Amino acid sequence: MSEFFLNAILMIFLAFIAIMAIRQNRLFGVVMLSGAYSLVAATWFVVADAVDVAFTEAAVGAGVSTVLALGTLSLVGVEEKKRPIEPFALVIALGTGLLLLLAVLDMPSYGLATTPVQLHVGPHYLLESEREIGVPNVVTSVLASYRGFDTFGETVVVFTAAIGVFLIIGGWTRAARSGQETPPVNEKRSNHPQEKSDA
Amino acid sequence: MHDDPVIRVVSKVLIPFVMLFGLYVQFHGDYGPGGGFQAGVIFAAAFILNAIVFGMNKGRHVWPPRLVLQCIALGVVLYGGTGLVSLLTGGVFLEYSVLGKTQVAGQHLGILLVELGVGLTVASVMVGLFFTFASRLSHRRFMKIHNDEEDSRTERAKA
Repeated sequence: MSEFFLNAILMIFLAFIAIMAIRQNRLFGVVMLSGAYSLVAATWFVVADAVDVAFTEAAVGAGVSTVLALGTLSLVGVEEKKRPIEPFALVIALGTGLLLLLAVLDMPSYGLATTPVQLHVGPHYLLESEREIGVPNVVTSVLASYRGFDTFGETVVVFTAAIGVFLIIGGWTRAARSGQETPPVNEKRSNHPQEKSDA
Repeated sequence: MHDDPVIRVVSKVLIPFVMLFGLYVQFHGDYGPGGGFQAGVIFAAAFILNAIVFGMNKGRHVWPPRLVLQCIALGVVLYGGTGLVSLLTGGVFLEYSVLGKTQVAGQHLGILLVELGVGLTVASVMVGLFFTFASRLSHRRFMKIHNDEEDSRTERAKA
């Protein structure tokens, strides 16, 4: 019962922060609220016994992505442009939300033992990983060993995404290297006195 | 932010512990929550904090951008290399059991190596992203100052 109240409080908190973030038109506040949202979401993951996910959410969502978003803000400005609400977009957003809510109604209730998720390979992981892998944290043995291919793919995705970002906004291209454009990432320039000011 | 002694001292004290915690999460991931991904982000946070408080130049000095790029690739190579080694020693790709004397020992070694690869890639990607954003920012500032100077010069020329 107490867990129900805890869940309810956290959910209300999440909804509250989300609405605040939508209503806020100063982007600095929005970034801070999204960090707070991640922190509350991480708390909720702990309540739902997904400690590894909570860890990731707290470190990435509340930590690094907030810093990166602040860095972006200092590039694009802190005020949101005022725009009138477009009825077409509103209809699409509300319709998608409604469909998602309907889909949630079809899902099995949380923690139900007879769902395919719990019956397929889950029992094998939980029962046999101590003997087969010998690692106490089953999440690690699933991620790194049973699902090693997936994690390899994820690492390659992170790698590819980073390379893409560096090429698009980092200016780590051949043109920038040869000095045709003022390269944003260039150690030669960083000696310039004005460049010492940072984020 | 460089001038605030409280922030400087506190981050100086805190940064080693953040890094230590990152390493703990990395190598304790077999036993508790955490693993390569979380550890990489925490480890990167120490470098990002260092760069924010003590300046981008010092931050780049600690982990140069070229080394960041190499580390990103090295992590993926470490992961894939573990798979290839297990392929060459008689198993299938990423079958760690053949890496050690016993199945469990092989699994431990394999998991350690691939988690290290994930951690290395994630940490250097995060630091690299931060460097990219921050240097774009200082580039913009530099260009703004430069343009302002140009403007004032042209105004002076007009007058």
